[in-house]
Amino acid sequence: MIADSRGPALLARGVSVDNRRRRILDLPELAVEHGETLSVVGPNGAGKSTLLRVLGLLETPTRGELWFRGEPIPREHSRLLALRRRMAIVFQDPLLCRTSVSGNVGLGLKLRGVRRGERKRRVEEWLARFGIAHLAKRPAHRLSGGEAQRASLARAFVLQPEILLLDEPFAALDPPSRQALVGELQELLAETHATTVFVTHDRDEAFALGNRVAVLLEGAIAQIGSPEEVGRRPASEAVARFVGIETLLAGRILSTSPEATSIAVEALRLTAAARGRPDEQVWVCLRAEDVSLIADEGIQPPGAWNVIPGTVKGLAFWGTQVRVAVDCGVTVTALTTRLLVSGLGLRPGRPVRVAFSPHSLHVIPRVRGTS
Amino acid sequence: MDLLWQGIEQAARLIAAGDPDVIEIARLSLEVSALATLLALVVGVPFGVWIGLKPFPGRNLIVSLVNTGMGLPPVVVGLFVTIFLWRSGPFGFLGLLYTPAAIVVAQLILALPVVIGLTIAAVQQIDPRLSLQLLGLGASRAQLLVLLLREARLPLLAAVMAGFGAVISEVGASLMVGGNILHHTRVLTTATVLETSKGNFDVAIALSLILLGISFVINLALTLVQQRATRR
Repeated sequence: MIADSRGPALLARGVSVDNRRRRILDLPELAVEHGETLSVVGPNGAGKSTLLRVLGLLETPTRGELWFRGEPIPREHSRLLALRRRMAIVFQDPLLCRTSVSGNVGLGLKLRGVRRGERKRRVEEWLARFGIAHLAKRPAHRLSGGEAQRASLARAFVLQPEILLLDEPFAALDPPSRQALVGELQELLAETHATTVFVTHDRDEAFALGNRVAVLLEGAIAQIGSPEEVGRRPASEAVARFVGIETLLAGRILSTSPEATSIAVEALRLTAAARGRPDEQVWVCLRAEDVSLIADEGIQPPGAWNVIPGTVKGLAFWGTQVRVAVDCGVTVTALTTRLLVSGLGLRPGRPVRVAFSPHSLHVIPRVRGTS
Repeated sequence: MDLLWQGIEQAARLIAAGDPDVIEIARLSLEVSALATLLALVVGVPFGVWIGLKPFPGRNLIVSLVNTGMGLPPVVVGLFVTIFLWRSGPFGFLGLLYTPAAIVVAQLILALPVVIGLTIAAVQQIDPRLSLQLLGLGASRAQLLVLLLREARLPLLAAVMAGFGAVISEVGASLMVGGNILHHTRVLTTATVLETSKGNFDVAIALSLILLGISFVINLALTLVQQRATRR
């Protein structure tokens, strides 16, 4: 919101959290920039909630330091409270108090000693923004899951926090409420430019809401970057698998030139736009949505493209989308639609060609010992 | 059955006439038990919150002891309070034995485990993540305590009711430490024992009815508060 030359909104340096048995969080450095939405995505047990509690000053890390707008965060409790009051946190479960909806939404303001009139005005505004103004007088424990989560979000937004921390706020919702709320939150975050850290295990939510995405694996940030970067150019095999790159092939670089790199994957020869050194062992990453399926002999894809003949191995239906696994010596997965599947007559055993641009191939070094 | 009907008839007359002795006894009962309950709440609620929310080694042992204490036999409490307050006992110099204050002390000891035990149960049924959420919304430690107590207000009212119910209805301890002295330490339960042993069933029934009435009115009031809170 307010540009601050003194440093990022929140900075963690050398922060780690240990429990009795192991290290659950290890952050050499993490900066949350002003006005950005940073999505932190990772599987269950990766340390996401711990990270959020540390950033929200609700848990003291075993080691390391935090800076809030360039100022070191003290350890004394009295000063922590003042800083904590410039933030707000929303958890997976709404955790509302046994009072009315408006009483819940106004709670943070009341704790900060905001006067009744002002409180009422702001509560009404945010109840309306989240579409729950008609529920203001309702007891909070009589709300549906979606309504309760809206109340919980309104309770945080009404504080106009400098930093908003969201811990899987949609995880407990049914798909329609979830979709609606993700959309609304997207708009609100874009409009308020609230500095936000959004933690989730859901890749789609992370990519939809974040200006930047951090992939947290086993307590450490495996990669951080724009959604495009993390989604298309994962830094490691683990990130590639987590961000849902379905075709991940072990290969070896044969030759490289400024225009193209030739890679051997089993008996196949693939052309990638990426650079590398000859003989380097690599992973070749290919997103399913970048793969075209060609069933008609007459169609010719652009000349530079990789075109590989194969046979359909299996079809996986998911809503209107279909994942087609094609056996080309190695398995290549393509994402298509039900309509196309029936149009092309795709079924197991059917011969088909897969085609993809050299620019769709992302190449990462393959470290020995990680298969 | 005549004995019962006559007794009830006589009791109704006594209550309607507003017999000064009966009124005095009822008032002392109410005052002593209310004060004992209040003190038990002042001491027991913070203690119960602390035990309930803060994990520490040996907590289960303390909780078990408290729960055992909820069924403390009044005569045992009466015995030990008597020994402690006895003229040559450790607190004999206070001169409290056979005073209303001694009854308050004995009843406080009886009510305390009830209040602590039910407070522990009350705060432990709150979602442990709520504390984190409230701190995350900017609550100070003191604000957090108030909010958690407000959250547990329904079961806490049960603690009030159970504590008061336990002390106003007990007889053993009051008799032993108070001595059942007329115009001084005679309360409803001790008077009922005395009148029954004298064969004055009508007076005993009148006293019993008043005791039940007080119990009922107090519990009704608290229940109304509790139920109104449930709807919110």
